[in-house]
Amino acid sequence: MPDPITQVIQNAERAIVAAADLKALDDVRVHYLGKKGVLTEQLKQLGQLAPEERKAAGQIINQAKQQVQDWLDARRITLDGEALAKRLAEQSIDVTLPGRGEQPGGLHPVTRTLMRIEALFAQLGFEVAQGPEIEDDYHNFEALNIPAHHPARAMHDTFYFDEHTVLRTHTSPVQIRVMENRQPPLRIIAPGRVYRCDSDLTHTPMFHQVEGLYVDEDASFADLKGVLDDFLRNFFERDLAVRFRPSYFPFTEPSAEVDIQCVMCGGKGHEPGRHMTCLLSLASCI
Amino acid sequence: MKFSENWLREWVNPGISTDDLAAQLTMAGLEVDAVDPAAGVFTGVVVGAVLDVAAHPDADKLRVCQVDAGTGETLQIVCGAPNVSAGMKVPAALVGAVLPGDLKIKKAKLRGVESSGMLCSARELGLADDHVGLMALPLDAPIGADIRSYLHLDDAIIEVDFTPNRGDCLGVAGLAREIAVLNRATVTAPVQTTIEPGISDQFPIQVSAPEACPRYLGRVIRGIDPLATTPLWMREKLRRGGIRSLGPLVDVTNYILLELGQPMHAFDLARLNTQVDVRYARAGETMRLLDGRGITLDKETLVIADASKILAIAGVMGGEDTGVGETTRDLFLECAFFAPEVLAGRARRYGLQTDSSYRFERGVDFNLQRHAMERATGLLLELVGGTPGPITEVCHSDLLPKRTAIRLRRTRVRRLLGIDLPDTEIADILNRLGATLQPMDDGWEVIPPSYRFDMTLEADLIEDIGRIHGYNHLPSTRPKAAMQGLARPEGVVGIAQWREILVQRGYQEAITYSFVEPDLQAAIDPTGTPVVLANPISSEMSVMRTSLWPGLLKSAQHNLNRQQTRIRLFECGLTYVLQDTGLKQEYYIGGLVCGGRLPEQWGSASTELDFFDTKADVETLLMAGGCAGEFQFIVGQHAALHPGQTACIQRHGLPIGWLGMLHPELAKSLAIPEATFIFEIAVKGFEIGCLPIFHEISRYPAIRRDLAFILPQSVAAADIYTSVRAAAGPLLQDLSLFDLYHGKAIESGRKSIALGLILQDSSRTLTEQDVEAVLVQVQTALNAKFGATLRE
Repeated sequence: MPDPITQVIQNAERAIVAAADLKALDDVRVHYLGKKGVLTEQLKQLGQLAPEERKAAGQIINQAKQQVQDWLDARRITLDGEALAKRLAEQSIDVTLPGRGEQPGGLHPVTRTLMRIEALFAQLGFEVAQGPEIEDDYHNFEALNIPAHHPARAMHDTFYFDEHTVLRTHTSPVQIRVMENRQPPLRIIAPGRVYRCDSDLTHTPMFHQVEGLYVDEDASFADLKGVLDDFLRNFFERDLAVRFRPSYFPFTEPSAEVDIQCVMCGGKGHEPGRHMTCLLSLASCI
Repeated sequence: MKFSENWLREWVNPGISTDDLAAQLTMAGLEVDAVDPAAGVFTGVVVGAVLDVAAHPDADKLRVCQVDAGTGETLQIVCGAPNVSAGMKVPAALVGAVLPGDLKIKKAKLRGVESSGMLCSARELGLADDHVGLMALPLDAPIGADIRSYLHLDDAIIEVDFTPNRGDCLGVAGLAREIAVLNRATVTAPVQTTIEPGISDQFPIQVSAPEACPRYLGRVIRGIDPLATTPLWMREKLRRGGIRSLGPLVDVTNYILLELGQPMHAFDLARLNTQVDVRYARAGETMRLLDGRGITLDKETLVIADASKILAIAGVMGGEDTGVGETTRDLFLECAFFAPEVLAGRARRYGLQTDSSYRFERGVDFNLQRHAMERATGLLLELVGGTPGPITEVCHSDLLPKRTAIRLRRTRVRRLLGIDLPDTEIADILNRLGATLQPMDDGWEVIPPSYRFDMTLEADLIEDIGRIHGYNHLPSTRPKAAMQGLARPEGVVGIAQWREILVQRGYQEAITYSFVEPDLQAAIDPTGTPVVLANPISSEMSVMRTSLWPGLLKSAQHNLNRQQTRIRLFECGLTYVLQDTGLKQEYYIGGLVCGGRLPEQWGSASTELDFFDTKADVETLLMAGGCAGEFQFIVGQHAALHPGQTACIQRHGLPIGWLGMLHPELAKSLAIPEATFIFEIAVKGFEIGCLPIFHEISRYPAIRRDLAFILPQSVAAADIYTSVRAAAGPLLQDLSLFDLYHGKAIESGRKSIALGLILQDSSRTLTEQDVEAVLVQVQTALNAKFGATLRE
């Protein structure tokens, strides 16, 4: 028959293993190691032993206590882990569900484009200039070398309010207003709404232009070509064929229109024989 | 403007292909719009003589023709054209021919009668659009000749879009001149000798407005053949130039217009009274134009008149009464130079745009008239016979345009073009362009040719030097400029930032037309005076917006009609308001929101949007500048907004915008949801923000106290805030209104509010007495001002 301590230890081990949760485990701890626990009581009874027996018996009980404590700790770690795993399992979610709240909207593509153009020119020190959209005849035409009845007026389908007031047909009046008020050197770009009295499948009566003005001592047509070559390459983020085609604007000389290789087909031609598409019409301003 | 390529090549024939020629013109600034074949694609069509025409035994509308097409045998061809007759010559498609549209001609039986080919109309050969029966060929056309070579159909029609400065190219001669310059080729003009008058008849010419018409030439031609017709070669050249044949007299003047760029006019001499006078119309004078339209003239219009009536609007269009026609036997031929500035805009004033006015407005060579008159006379004599009188010329040479010398500095050429061109090339280009050069120390003195109205300044010459040298041969350089930093005030909020804020808050940017529907505009802004377009695209786009709302409302409506239920839109742009001080064009940001508070989603019940959701958006915009405290939302009234949900946005007491719920009546009329909230703010009102100011962070604890009050419903939260702040004094660090309640347990007409006060001092820990003192001040103030009582 085992001695009583061994019996206690065996019982404790069984109880610890059988403890299904932390509460049950704690009950076991109290039963064996608590103030009135089985092993604690044993320690208390040491005093009743003969002094020469006391030490050995004490050692045995303390070893037993330690053993039970170790089992309790191990069991606690196991139970803690199980509880955590259970809690985590319960808390798991479907992370593929979409996030909650507002979803961002978007900028108009025209705005995106204008902002991009402004940023590309800003690098070169071009400031953005603005002007009125309801313009007087002087700034929209006369000051740009387009007097009344000039044939070039036929190229502008103009919205009129009265004889002297129009919706600006181009952003060029901004050039005039800048030059009226400032001294060179000037580097500006003027983006904005412009209006032509024309509406069909390929024309809208309101559209956007960006206009550049560069005035400096030694500004040349070659510089204009350089600035635009760079701009087009940076804007379209590729090397594309650019050509400068002589044209006519009453307020610039030399005047050019700029054709670029079609960015959709890379110049291979949507239609046979048409390899260039004209996207820009820019006048040199010297 | 269209030209026959063959005609052009009669004048100048550089050894380059049609495509290269077109590309060359385009790159010289004469943009080629289209190159089209002069005829459809066909083969196997020859000149056939109709020998005999007999009725078809089984078909009323068909004839059985015997045709000699030079094949060695007589061909039997069944034909349905009403104008077929024995003796005529027509294009005959032989068996094996392929007509435009890949129509193959085979031997066939037509209603039982054998047919070995097909007689063709002009349309069937792709030569005309109208279908007027068989194409009658001249009787001297050689039988069996291939139609393509006989009619020179292997030709291209080149359409050029001329810019307004190049009036000198509005004729084959001018275009040839330009091509010669580009290719260093020679122009071969048709030889035209001076024509000896056969009679001495002259018709008196008076020029009463010599500054408008410095040169006027007239000539009488008597006894023309009224039965003469225009030869096919001329008809074809006119057709390829886009001009319809109208009989030999008009055709010759149109031919000169296309060939030389000189508009002319032929009058029926028998209908002219006494003399022609070039003068300004008297106000109210009337005439009937060639197109049959009656018009009343103003006194700025230059006319050709005789002693009793108006014959023509000078340089624009002739009159019906005096035009040439089938009964014309004697002609008065006019060839003049009219000043471009006098003709400019006149044709448009009468709703006209003629080939003549188009050229005179752009400038016709003022040295061309005599040559043109001789050339026209020569052609007329060839076509219609008759006997010419001498040319009568009235010329005020002092009033002709001057071609004064232009100083051209070589340093200027370099500076403008950015390239050092050798003197020899500059001189060569200008010489080729027809200018006269006088070398100078620093360059040249250049006298432009009479046909170049656009060469008046040094820059004009430099542009042409660059153009002929080739823009694409000019260097591409990067400008060298003094670096200058641009001012970027820290306190100014950019429009880009507001856009980004709204985008992050779920708004989509819209760009709507600046012109809107007058009714909608008036409903939104009944007191504003919109600016009205004189020539709108349509009545729905006829007034300039005084608010961004009409455009946003229409966009919302458009989206709602396309199954979109949650709409968040904003727009940035000008509004146009007429004020006593004048027109105000002011930049605004506006927005419109309807639909759920959040996008439909899992886990959040869909809740109705309300005023305060949109107010939060507006507040975020206002706060971007860092001075939220300067803005107030004041109870207001606006025609477009719900009277109980309208806030006027102010800064320092000055209105800068509006926020509110769309007026239910307006929502109903637009068929959009009632819970639609709109705002707009003048950019000027909030673009200037404030810079952050440093405040020391207190090391002492903050204390929070909550107070609940019961006070009248009508007391505005903004007033409570103001009063609490004033009463609490500097210890108050933050104030929040965290609960608002009315209803059960609260007396009707009153509401309960809960305020959270955070108190703190920067130099010491607050005592209970400090805090209590503040709370008492607040209670006392709210009680005195609003009758507020502390809620137990």
